[in-house]
Amino acid sequence: MQELITRAKELLENGTVARVLGWKIGDLPYNPEPAFFETAESLDKFVYNGFCGANLSKYMIEASKLEGKTLVCLKPCDTYSFNQLLTEHRVDRDKAYIIGVGCKGKLDVEKIKKTGIKGIVSISGAEADSACDTLEIDTLYGKKSCAYGDAMLERCHVCKGKEHKIYDELIGESRDTADKERFAEVEMIEAMSPEEKFAFFQKELSKCIRCNACRNVCPACSCRKCVFDSNKFDSAQKANVDSFEEKMFHIIRAFHVAGRCTDCGECSRVCPQGIPLHLFNRKFIKDIDELYGDYTAGAEAGSLAPLTDFKMDDAEPSIVNERG
Amino acid sequence: MQRIGVFVCHCGSNIAATVDVKKVVEVIRSEPGVVHAEDYQYMCSEAGQERIAIAVKEHKLTGIVVCSCSPRMHETTFRKAAERAGLNPYMVEIANIREHCSWIHKDINEGTEKAVILARAAVAKVNLNTPLYPGESRVTKRALVIGGGIAGIQTALDIADAGYEVDIVEKTPSIGGIMSQLDKTFPTLDCSACILTPKMVDAAAHEKIKLYTYSEVEKVSGFVGDFTVDIRKKARYVDADKCTGCGLCQEKCPSKKTPSEFNRGLGNRSAIYTPFAQAIPNVPVIDTDACIKFKTGKCGLCQKVCAAGAIDYTQKDEIVTEKYGAIVVATGFDTIKLDNYDEYAYNQSKDVITSLELERVMNAAGPTHGHLERLSDGKAPKEIVFIQCVGSRCSDDRGKPYCSKICCMYTAKHAMLIRDKYPDVNVTVFYIDVRTPGKNFDEFYRRAVEQYGVNYVKGQVGKVIPQPNGKLLVQGSDLLDNKQILKEADMVVLATAIEPNKDVRKIATMLTASIDTNNFLTEAHAKLRPVESPTAGIFLSGVCQGPKDIPETVSQAGAAAIKVVGLLAKDKLMTNPCTAHADELLCNGCSTCANVCPYGAISYEDKQVNDHGIRETRRIAVVNNALCQGCGACTVACPSGAMDLQGFSNRQILAEVDAICR
Repeated sequence: MQELITRAKELLENGTVARVLGWKIGDLPYNPEPAFFETAESLDKFVYNGFCGANLSKYMIEASKLEGKTLVCLKPCDTYSFNQLLTEHRVDRDKAYIIGVGCKGKLDVEKIKKTGIKGIVSISGAEADSACDTLEIDTLYGKKSCAYGDAMLERCHVCKGKEHKIYDELIGESRDTADKERFAEVEMIEAMSPEEKFAFFQKELSKCIRCNACRNVCPACSCRKCVFDSNKFDSAQKANVDSFEEKMFHIIRAFHVAGRCTDCGECSRVCPQGIPLHLFNRKFIKDIDELYGDYTAGAEAGSLAPLTDFKMDDAEPSIVNERG
Repeated sequence: MQRIGVFVCHCGSNIAATVDVKKVVEVIRSEPGVVHAEDYQYMCSEAGQERIAIAVKEHKLTGIVVCSCSPRMHETTFRKAAERAGLNPYMVEIANIREHCSWIHKDINEGTEKAVILARAAVAKVNLNTPLYPGESRVTKRALVIGGGIAGIQTALDIADAGYEVDIVEKTPSIGGIMSQLDKTFPTLDCSACILTPKMVDAAAHEKIKLYTYSEVEKVSGFVGDFTVDIRKKARYVDADKCTGCGLCQEKCPSKKTPSEFNRGLGNRSAIYTPFAQAIPNVPVIDTDACIKFKTGKCGLCQKVCAAGAIDYTQKDEIVTEKYGAIVVATGFDTIKLDNYDEYAYNQSKDVITSLELERVMNAAGPTHGHLERLSDGKAPKEIVFIQCVGSRCSDDRGKPYCSKICCMYTAKHAMLIRDKYPDVNVTVFYIDVRTPGKNFDEFYRRAVEQYGVNYVKGQVGKVIPQPNGKLLVQGSDLLDNKQILKEADMVVLATAIEPNKDVRKIATMLTASIDTNNFLTEAHAKLRPVESPTAGIFLSGVCQGPKDIPETVSQAGAAAIKVVGLLAKDKLMTNPCTAHADELLCNGCSTCANVCPYGAISYEDKQVNDHGIRETRRIAVVNNALCQGCGACTVACPSGAMDLQGFSNRQILAEVDAICR
């Protein structure tokens, strides 16, 4: 982390960048938050550790409109989002100085809490430089510990890999964290009967409080004006009806990001209700892969997504229909 | 608020028998915006249209809903009627209560309920309709014909005779197509070449026709009246201006082992070749895969012997860009591959051949110089079995579900010709049905049976087994006598199903012309617009649209030509006002719409916008209304809903959905 701060200061001071987009220390040991730093001094509050799960690429939409370059710290998975935003002309490559930061898997405090650990005072072992296999946790009730892997976000168990897809320079080490089959959860749901599926999603989606956190954090949900908020479509009122969350909102959102979602997992990470929102998107990704060949949104800037491209050997509609 | 009139058509009993039209009128009266509703026997009749005009005046209507047949049938009729009554034609909506309702329902209560719902949806839409005004676009007075077979040649000749320029693009080295490979033609038995070659010559000599042989359409952009087409002229390696067509190069060419495409692989050709003697143009091409000079750098014999100095090994493919007002697809057909029909031993025995191969065998210019002989040993056959419907009328996915239409007739022709020339040869035809509708067709078939003694057996062949003695054991069934037949034949001829030329998918994609599940191009209307594609400016000629014989192909070619001429005769075309446009404040500039636009109608501009006080420059989609065809692909792909279609706006469609779900 120190190397990152030193380099950021250097780039700020020599005028290469006008600001730094990273994470600053939060009010709890496990909630650093995205932040812009405009001076070298302010970087004292900069932090990069296992809890810096936030994907900063979406902030670059606004940062691209500012004077001068912005230094942005992107983890390997975040670079897919940045590339996708580049493909969609939402960010300006020339306005970004990308430092690809190493990643050893990001942590989910809810998972730590689920193991029965309460009253967390401090956590060691989550540092970016020396991430350990075990987290040592000081709590109001004494010292506790938790395996790093057990505290990891779901998305890190199915990590797309250590490689940064776009960067100006790299700082820090990454490690392989993938230890689960990416589409296993989707396959489980696919195996359910229609009634079971319906019941499953009703149960999950009924938890939704429409806080819009998923939409606001999603790099693919970057429309200037969301269709749910616009009065242009006579849909705003419908979107305000209580049952809308359960029946429509998340499904429409999944359709809107289909083919563009990089599976960054931010939706599930930020959901205060713990809804596994990534499942919708991952089902689309699986279907697209199976019907049109493997495609990863954001793996390459400027690539044409199968849903907005036509090839002679594309799956015929009849095949798509048969799958249901 | 609109003042809407609803007109419910009985369509005789077509609608009225399954929809209580009086009830539809009664219910729809209470819909918001509806100020008048009535029913009538035939709304499309002059009297019906007059009723609309009267109602517009009497009730000061601003919008009209006609509950009738498909808008593909009479939308234009009613739009024109509204226009005559002083309304903007785009204030008319059709509720399709015939095809979508009365024809598919049996129960009058169900039918009526659905008709009301559809009418309600149309009313909800008209409430949001706004007047639309078409623009104008120019017409390039030149046509392109893709494919130089009899269909393409006839279409081009007819267009050219009407005084318009027309280009034919043919991918093989010569025009002529499959007809040039045929020996005789049914039902008159005149020689195919004798009737075709004069037409080929006419086409080549016509001052309004330009031939691009050995060429392929590479890219198509634009729209009806104004297409831009890139044509790849493949390198012939022979200078067409210098070549005298003497044929010496082909004679001297040492590489003579390439199967001749023209002879269906039954004979060989040289590496430098013209496909057949009467080829047009009579300019050979070099097949670089077979040419020794291209493969090893040595040889060059053709260049040495060419007195005209026409051989040019350095020639390159050339891309020609031309503008056209109309495009005719005449890509024709081929026979299917027989890999799925191992039971007929086509790949095992040289003496099992397709009917098209038999055409070559019986042709004087063919591999056997017109002598009927077994291709395995050159012996004269004594017993020939014809098998019908090989791959046609197939209920599983081995073959094609349709009837290839020409096989019954050409088999009768083959059988008759063989019996006529070789009376000692027995001919047996296994058939499912013999289908001979057409002028003088059934008489022709009966002649084969009655006069020439061809043995027709109703039943299919299960297996053809090559025997050690060189004969072919044919196992079939005779359904009329209810018995199994075992027959030793010397030759078996398969009436192989035809399918559209394999390039048609690529071409249809370039033209955004739709094709059906069998790769035949779809007509704009199966009955009333059979030679037009639903894509404006694209016309269909010949088998690319469906199986046909030569007389039908020629008729259709002429029909396509007159449609083209009708289009080219216009100086300007009215453009469809139902085009897309982007809401500048909603557009993300993400390029999704441009990626899905089949017409290349969308580009991006950096525009200054004022978004509720925020002034900034944004990348925004801009639609070229002349190019946009209103397909709506962009509106569904747009993530933010910024793209909208005039006449089919998101609000209108959702209002229809709401009305249906109410």
